[in-house]
Parts: sequence; structure tokens; C-alpha cells
Amino acid sequence: MKKILRRKSMLLGAALSAVLLLSACGGSETSGETEEGQEPSAETTDEEVKVGILHSLSGTMAMSETSVKDAELLAIEEINAAGGVLGKQLVPVIEDGASEPSIFSERATKLLQQDEVAVVFGGWTSASRKAMLPVFEENNGLLYYPIQYEGMEASPNIFYAGAAPNQQIVPAVEWLLENEGTEFFLLGSDYVFPRLANQIIKAQLEASGGTTVDEQYTPLGHTDYSTIISRIRESKPEVIFNTLNGDSNVAFFKQLADAGITSDDVTVLSVSVAEEEIRGIGADVLEGHYASWNYYQTTDTEENASFVESYQAQFGDDRVTGDPIEAAYFMVHLWAQAVEEAGSFDVDAVKEAAPGLELNAPGGKIIFDGDNQHVWKTVRIGEVQADGQFKEVWNSGEPIKPDPFLEGYEWASEISSTVQ
Amino acid sequence: MEGMIVQGFNGISLGSILLLIALGLAITFGLMKVINMAHGELIMIGAYATYVIQLLFKNHLPPEYFNWYFLLAIPFAFIVAALIGMLLEYTVIRHLYGRPLDSLLATFGVGLILQQTARSIFGAPNVGVEAPPFLRGGVEVMSVMLPYTRLFIIALVIVCFLSLFVYLYRTNGGRRIRAVMQNRDMATCLGISSRKVDSLTFAIGAGFAGIAGSALTLIGPIGPTIGQNYIIDAFMVVVVGGVGMLTGTVIGAMGIGLFNTVFEFWTNASMGKVLVFALIILFLQWRPEGLFSLRTRSLD
Repeated sequence: MKKILRRKSMLLGAALSAVLLLSACGGSETSGETEEGQEPSAETTDEEVKVGILHSLSGTMAMSETSVKDAELLAIEEINAAGGVLGKQLVPVIEDGASEPSIFSERATKLLQQDEVAVVFGGWTSASRKAMLPVFEENNGLLYYPIQYEGMEASPNIFYAGAAPNQQIVPAVEWLLENEGTEFFLLGSDYVFPRLANQIIKAQLEASGGTTVDEQYTPLGHTDYSTIISRIRESKPEVIFNTLNGDSNVAFFKQLADAGITSDDVTVLSVSVAEEEIRGIGADVLEGHYASWNYYQTTDTEENASFVESYQAQFGDDRVTGDPIEAAYFMVHLWAQAVEEAGSFDVDAVKEAAPGLELNAPGGKIIFDGDNQHVWKTVRIGEVQADGQFKEVWNSGEPIKPDPFLEGYEWASEISSTVQ
Repeated sequence: MEGMIVQGFNGISLGSILLLIALGLAITFGLMKVINMAHGELIMIGAYATYVIQLLFKNHLPPEYFNWYFLLAIPFAFIVAALIGMLLEYTVIRHLYGRPLDSLLATFGVGLILQQTARSIFGAPNVGVEAPPFLRGGVEVMSVMLPYTRLFIIALVIVCFLSLFVYLYRTNGGRRIRAVMQNRDMATCLGISSRKVDSLTFAIGAGFAGIAGSALTLIGPIGPTIGQNYIIDAFMVVVVGGVGMLTGTVIGAMGIGLFNTVFEFWTNASMGKVLVFALIILFLQWRPEGLFSLRTRSLD
């Protein structure tokens, strides 16, 4: 019996390695023509195809990424209920990145090589994306990434569904200059996104007549803001541009309110505070401050009404949606549409079919851009209300073309050249 | 002048928070020599206890009582943390007296278990605790705004410190504790149950951690890992102040608080912290036993 088992497992091993070898060959042949009748690299059966979901379900990022995963599962369920993609049901393979970039890269390798998923939806922090990037390029996989980020990146194997800087930060600065004032206090967590974002903001302010009165960074997880608040009192800025991430936001806004500084005294605009984060910070201390995103739960579209309804029906009435959740949701539909268009699950065929695809997402119309694999999105500035929801005070009116390297802006030329 | 007052106040207020989180540790680490890495989680328990009391007031009592929830939350946080501390002492720490490295590892594990438990009960996202209405805003002194929450924490620290001081140095219970901690064998010979004293002492230390957690809800986020933000600072204060000395803990906390804010003001938050650490390292080269040291006749 044992012998048979062993032989069986040996056979299985041989078969597996053969499959691996074949798919590796398929991967390396991407630049040439594909042979007639070659199997697509994704593992598909007659009825099913596997898709990967890779988010932090434990660790410090779990509070944000869990709801993003839920949004992707909701989209997969909808697609399956409508008959699947190319007649096949989607089977999600969920992996936990555990808030560790190295684990993200390891799990991405597992999803691509062992599960042979057709596509992976995942990531949140820039560190996790940068860790997964080489894995997807080496295996010619496809990653859909749902979070706004600092830009300055282009991988042929990553599709970016979140905002590029010109779809969130740049218009926010423009709006602030026009409506709130020209003296900016820049406050951020001490890591890649805030530092690069503030570099962009400073260049933009210099070019458009604004001034940076102070620029401060605090370590991730920092909780004592009394000295920063003294600085704010002293430098009397008209606007605080807030790129703090995670927990620190709670401490900062609470202490700002305690110090008697309200939204009447100085406007704080945040780029990492969405509906989910407001729940943790408390709407009472955030009321009257602003955020810049592409979507709010209150965004008034037909698609959004049904999206919010089905999200809450699925996961509970107390749950809220938000920009990353919406991007995660529509990008699954966007991928499905690209596959239908291509008529195949093959990564190269999907990449070829994706440019120009349009979709009515909950946040409005989006267009997939062929030049840089980001999406055209509408920019929206929202004001926090007492109930923890946003009231939209400005939007760009139409989807804006993504410009991750800020090539369209004269003042940004130095930044993009140093990064590239 | 105004800047100096502000920074002085900021330093004292940061120092008072450090003192509050270190007070419990001054007992469990300072007196009992237990390296309790789960101290941060006892702080977390106090914070969640406050959250629970708040929910109770919000959902089940008329809104006019909401003002008073905090006064109930502080003793509640003390009791819950003390009980859990007692349980922790009975199940784990009791077996590890005199084995500091083992106690470090074991309590670190306990800390992780407590974090995960909190995550299962309250969920991974941070929860917001609303400050009671009477603590919103602040008082203006010479054109400097002093937030009520900070003043309240300073007052709370003074009350906690004084009651601990009186208990340890002016009551029989406190004398028993000091006797056991200084010479266990002799104390036992004199008829003191060192077992009972250990359990009680640890519970008191844990209880003060609970109060600290309660106070932290006023200034920052409440999440399963809140204790991690403060545990290093707490150890720093106790070591700098001199292990086993209550007055040393006070001066250590205030010193670190003041230096931290001054450095932060000169440079920035990251650099300020680095400078404080550098200063502490230098200081410990000069005085390894801390600011104050306990002179005993024991030969350890």
C-alpha cells in the first residue's frame, strides 16, 4: 500500500513539474507569436477558473485590507451569478499577505506557480506592491492594484485601479489654493508615500504661488502631536495637507480638536482618510475637514446606490464603503470585461484587449488607459459631515487622464527624472 | 516666552503620560523584578474597558449621564486589569520568579495572545472613544491653550502617584509588600504570606496599567496593538529612574518627557526620539543603575 502511494505521489510530482515546465516555457515565449492551439497559462477547467486574492488579513494593515477583499469577493459573486467569465465560474483563492512585503512576494509566487491563477487582485501599501512587482514580471502574471499611490511607477504586469498623483494630490492642491489659502503646512508619516507626495506638493506650490510654511514627518504609529500642534500655532498655516497613515491620524485629529483648533481656524485635507478610517477617528473631531478621493459612499450615481446596498446586504448594515473598496470592486469587473473582450484568459491577450475599455463604476465612468495601465477617474473633494459621511464640494466633472509620472506638468519634471 | 511655556507644558504633559504608563511597571518590574512584556496589553485592556463603559452609557442610559461615564470607567479599568493581572500572575508569572529571561519570553507570548483575543472580541479596526463633554476644549493661560484632557491626565497622575505612595509607605499592606520585595525569606519567617503579597502586588501594578489605558483613550487610537506603542517608553522610564524607586520613576518620566519635546521642537519627531535614545544610552553608561538606586544589605 505504502509503495503504491509513494509511486502515485512520484507520478504526481512528475506530472506537476511537467506542467510547471510547460507553463514556464509558455511564459518565456510572450514576446514571440503564440503557437496555434497552445493552452492558456491560467489553469482552467471546463466550468471553473481560479483567480487570486492577496491582501493583509492579519497584521497592522488588516483593518483596511479586509474590507477591500470583501469588495472583490462581492464582485466575483456578481460575475458568477451572471454566468461567469467566458462561461466559466470564478473560484477565488484567498491568501494572506500578513502586512509583510516579503510574505506578499512569497504568496504571489505561490498563487502564480502553484495555483496558476488567471489574475491576482491585491496589495495596499506601496511596500507590498514593490515586493510583488518582480514576481509578476518574472512569471508574466497580472496584478490588479486598487489603492491610490504616489505614482512614478510602470510595470507591464500591473494594472493600477487607484488614483495616480494627478488624480488626487495635484487637483486637491489646486482646489485648496483656489478656495482655502496659499500657506501650506505639510504633515506626513515618515515613509515613501508621504515624502514623495510632499515633494510633488512643494514643487506645485512653488510653481503656482503658494508657500510651504513647514514640513513635518512623524514615525508610523506616532501618537504625541503636541509639539507639531505648537508648530502649527506658531506658523499659522491656512491649510494642513495631511499624508499621515493609519493610527497616527486618530491621535493627530483628537489632539488638534483638544487644542481648540477647529476646521474654522485651519483646513485639514487628508488623502488617506476614508469612511472606514473616520469610524476609528470619530466623526465629531473630523467634521468640517476635507479629503480628496475619486469616490465616496455618498457619491450620487445609480451604480453606487445598488453597490452600497449589496455591499451592506452582504457584510452588514454597519459597514461603510470607500474609495479603495470601490476601486477593488470595479477592477474585478474591469478584468472580467477585458477577458471577455480577449476571448481568452491568457495574460498577454488580456493586456492587449484592456486599453480603452469603459465601465460605469459606482464612482462614475472609468476608462482603462493603454499608455500607462492606469484608469481615467473623476476627482472629488469631500467634506466630512457629522454622521461620518462625506459631502462632495467639488468634482472634476469628467474622468481625468492618469499621469503617474506627472509628465503633463512642467514643475514636476525634476521629480520624475530623479525617480526614474 | 510664550513658546517656552507651551513647550514646558507639552513636556510635562508627555511626561505625565509616560509616568502613568510606567507607574504600574515600576511595581511589577521595579519592585518584583518581573520583565512583564504583557504590560502594554494590560494598558490595552484598560482602554477597552473604558470603551465598554462608554458603549454602556451611550446605548442604555439617558444622554445627560454621558458626562460621568469616565469617572466610572477609571475604577472599572483598574479592577478589570487588576483581575486579569492576578490571573496572569497565578497561571504564568508565579512559576517564573527569579528567571527574568523566561518571564520575558512567556509574557511576550501572553501579550500576543491578549492582542489576538482583543481582535476577536472587538474586531481589528480601531474603535473611537469619545472624550466626555466636560473634557472638551481647554483653558487659556497667558495666550497659551491648555487642553482639559491634558490637565485631567496630569491631575490623574498626581492622584495615582500619591495614593500609591501612601499605600506603599504609610500602610501595613504596603510595608508587607516592601518587606517581601526586599527580603523574601526574612519576611516569610516573620509570618507574611509571600504568595499572597506577590499576587496582590502584581494585581496593583496591572491595575495601574489599566488606569493608564483609560487615560490614553483621551489622546489616541484604541486598538489591539495600542500597548506596543507605549511599552518601550515605559521600560525606559523605569530603567532611567532607577529600578525599584518611585521617586526615580517620576523624575525619569518628566525628564524624558521634557527632553523629548525640546528635541522634537529643535529638530523633528523622528530625530527627537533618536536624540532621546542616544541621551539615555549615554546616561546609562555613566549611571548603569539609573538616577536613584536602592541600597540594600542583600548580597545580590
